[in-house]
Amino acid sequence: MEHYYQPEIECASREQIRAWQDERLVHTVKHVYDNVPYYRNMMEEKGVTPADIKSADDLHKLPFITKDDLRDAYPYGLLAVPLSEAVRIQSTSGTTGRRVVAFYTQHDIDLWDDCCARAIMAAGGTKDDVVHVSYGYGLFTGGPGLNGGSHKVGSLTLPMSSGNTDRQIQFMIDLGSTILCCTPSYAAYLAETICERGLQEQIKLKAGIFGAEAWSEEMRQDIQNKLGIKAYDIYGLTEISGPGVSFECSAQTGMHINEDHFIAEIIDPQTGEVLPDGEKGELVFTSITKEAFPLLRYRTRDICVLSHEECPCGRTHVKMTKPMGRSDDMLIVKGVNVFPSQIETVLLNKGYPANYQITVSREHNSDKLEVQVEMTPEMFSDSLGQIAKREEELIAALKAMLGIYAKVQLVAPKSIARSEGKAVRVIDKRNLY
Amino acid sequence: MTVKQISVFLENKPNQLAEFVKVLNENHIDMRAMSVADTKDFGILRVIVDDTYKTACVLKDAGYICSITPVLAVEIPDEPGGLTKLLTILGENGVNLEYTYAFITRKKETAYMIFRVEDNEKAIEVLTKHGITPICQDALNEL
Repeated sequence: MEHYYQPEIECASREQIRAWQDERLVHTVKHVYDNVPYYRNMMEEKGVTPADIKSADDLHKLPFITKDDLRDAYPYGLLAVPLSEAVRIQSTSGTTGRRVVAFYTQHDIDLWDDCCARAIMAAGGTKDDVVHVSYGYGLFTGGPGLNGGSHKVGSLTLPMSSGNTDRQIQFMIDLGSTILCCTPSYAAYLAETICERGLQEQIKLKAGIFGAEAWSEEMRQDIQNKLGIKAYDIYGLTEISGPGVSFECSAQTGMHINEDHFIAEIIDPQTGEVLPDGEKGELVFTSITKEAFPLLRYRTRDICVLSHEECPCGRTHVKMTKPMGRSDDMLIVKGVNVFPSQIETVLLNKGYPANYQITVSREHNSDKLEVQVEMTPEMFSDSLGQIAKREEELIAALKAMLGIYAKVQLVAPKSIARSEGKAVRVIDKRNLY
Repeated sequence: MTVKQISVFLENKPNQLAEFVKVLNENHIDMRAMSVADTKDFGILRVIVDDTYKTACVLKDAGYICSITPVLAVEIPDEPGGLTKLLTILGENGVNLEYTYAFITRKKETAYMIFRVEDNEKAIEVLTKHGITPICQDALNEL
C-alpha cells in the first residue's frame, strides 16, 4: 500500500498544482523585489518588474540566479526577511570563498520538514518506524532535514549523525532501526560491514533513503540485496532548502519534485533556453513558498530529464531522473562539493605550480580524492622528513579548504600532461553518470 | 672537509632508476656511491660522482629536480668492528646522523662511510679531535 504524508497535495490534479504555482510565484516575485535589493537590481537590469509576472508562464522572463550571485551576496545579501524572523542557517560544504549560506524562518523549516516527511512516507515510513539518520548534522542539511521529516511523520527518530560505524550498527540492532537515512556510499559501507560480521539476521531495516551524492543502479541493487531493504533516492540542495526537493516513490523510476514548493525547468546550459519535457538539460529551480531565502530560477548545474508521465504510485508531481552529470566542473566527493579551482587556490598559496591532476575514485564504496602535484626545485629537499612535512602541510591546507581529506602525491616535474587548450584537470574513475 | 652529494627526486615507479642511470652513462659520469631513500610514492636518490658540477647541469637539462648537499666521507678499515669506533665517537659527542651509507673502492681493505649530519662543522671537530679526518672532495675524486 502506498503511503502519503499529504495525499491531497501529492496526488493533486495538474490544474490544482498549476494554480498553486501561479499564485505562489507571483507572490514570491513581489516579495523578493520588495525586500531584496540584490533581486530588485537583477530584475531591473533585465527590465522585468513584478507586474510582468502574472503566472508560471512568465517564469522565463525572470533572470537566472547562480552560485556566483549567492557568493557575491554573502552573507546577508539575499535574506528576504528581517533578521528577527529568521531562525536557522544552513550552509553548503566548501570554503570561505565558495561557501553559500541559506536562511530559514520557522515556516520555511516546517515546509522543508514536510518535504522530507513525504520522502519518508514514500519509502514506506509510518509513525511506527524507527528512523536512523546517519547523515551529518550541523551546517550540512542532510541530518537536520531527515530529522525534521521523521518528526513530522511521527517516527521514532535516531539522530546518529555520521561516523562511528560500530556504534551505528550496535544502535541499529539494539533499537531496531527500520529506515536508514545516509549517503549511498555510507549505506554500502554499512551493508558490507554488516554482512562481513554476519549480522544480517539481527537487522530490522526495511528501507533506506539515500542521497547527497550520485549512485548507480548497480549500487542500489547491491545495497538492497545485502541489507534486504528497498533503497530510495532523495535529492535536494541547500540553496533550495535541503534534502526533499524531490524523492523517489515505490516505483523507483525517478524522483517526484515537490512542485507545490518548487517550480522546475530544464534549460540548455549554453543558451539558457527552456527545453521541452523529456529533453536533457540543466535543472533550474524556483522556490515559491520560501520566506527567508527564496531563489528565482536558480541554476543547479545538475543535468537531468523531467517527465510528466503518469506514475503508478498515484503522485502527480513531475519526476526528475537522477542527475546525469554537471554543467560545471563541480565534483561531489563523499557528499561534499569540490571545485577544482579550490584545489588550485591552495596549491598556488602554498607555492606549488598550477599544474596538477585530480583523480576521484571509489574503493570499497568510499570516495577517494587524490591530487597529483609536480615537485619543484623550491619544494625539493635532501631530507625525506622535510618533504613529508611539506606534504602534510599541503594535505592540511586542502582539508581546511575542502572539508575532506585529499591524498597528495608528489610527482616528477613535467610528468603531468600539458594539454593544448582546456586542461584535463580531473579524472573521475567512478563512472557515476 | 666535506664532499658534495647530489640528491635527486625520483617517482616510485618502474624504470625510474634505469632512466636516471642512462643519463649518467650517456654523459660519461662515474658514480662513486649511491643510495636511495624511499617513501610509498617517491624516493630521493643520493649519489657521489666524479664530477658534481657537470652532473648537476646534465640532470637539470634532463628535467630532474636535484640539489647539492655537503656530506662527510670517512675512511674506515674494511673489517669487522671498523665502524664501531667511529659511530661511538659521534654518538658520545651528541652528533645525530640523518642518514648514512657506505661504499668501497678498488683500494683494498678500506671502506668509506658517507654521513649526513645536522652540523658538519661540529662533526668534523669531534672527529678531528679523535684523530679521524673526513676526506675532501679532491681526495674523493682520486679514488
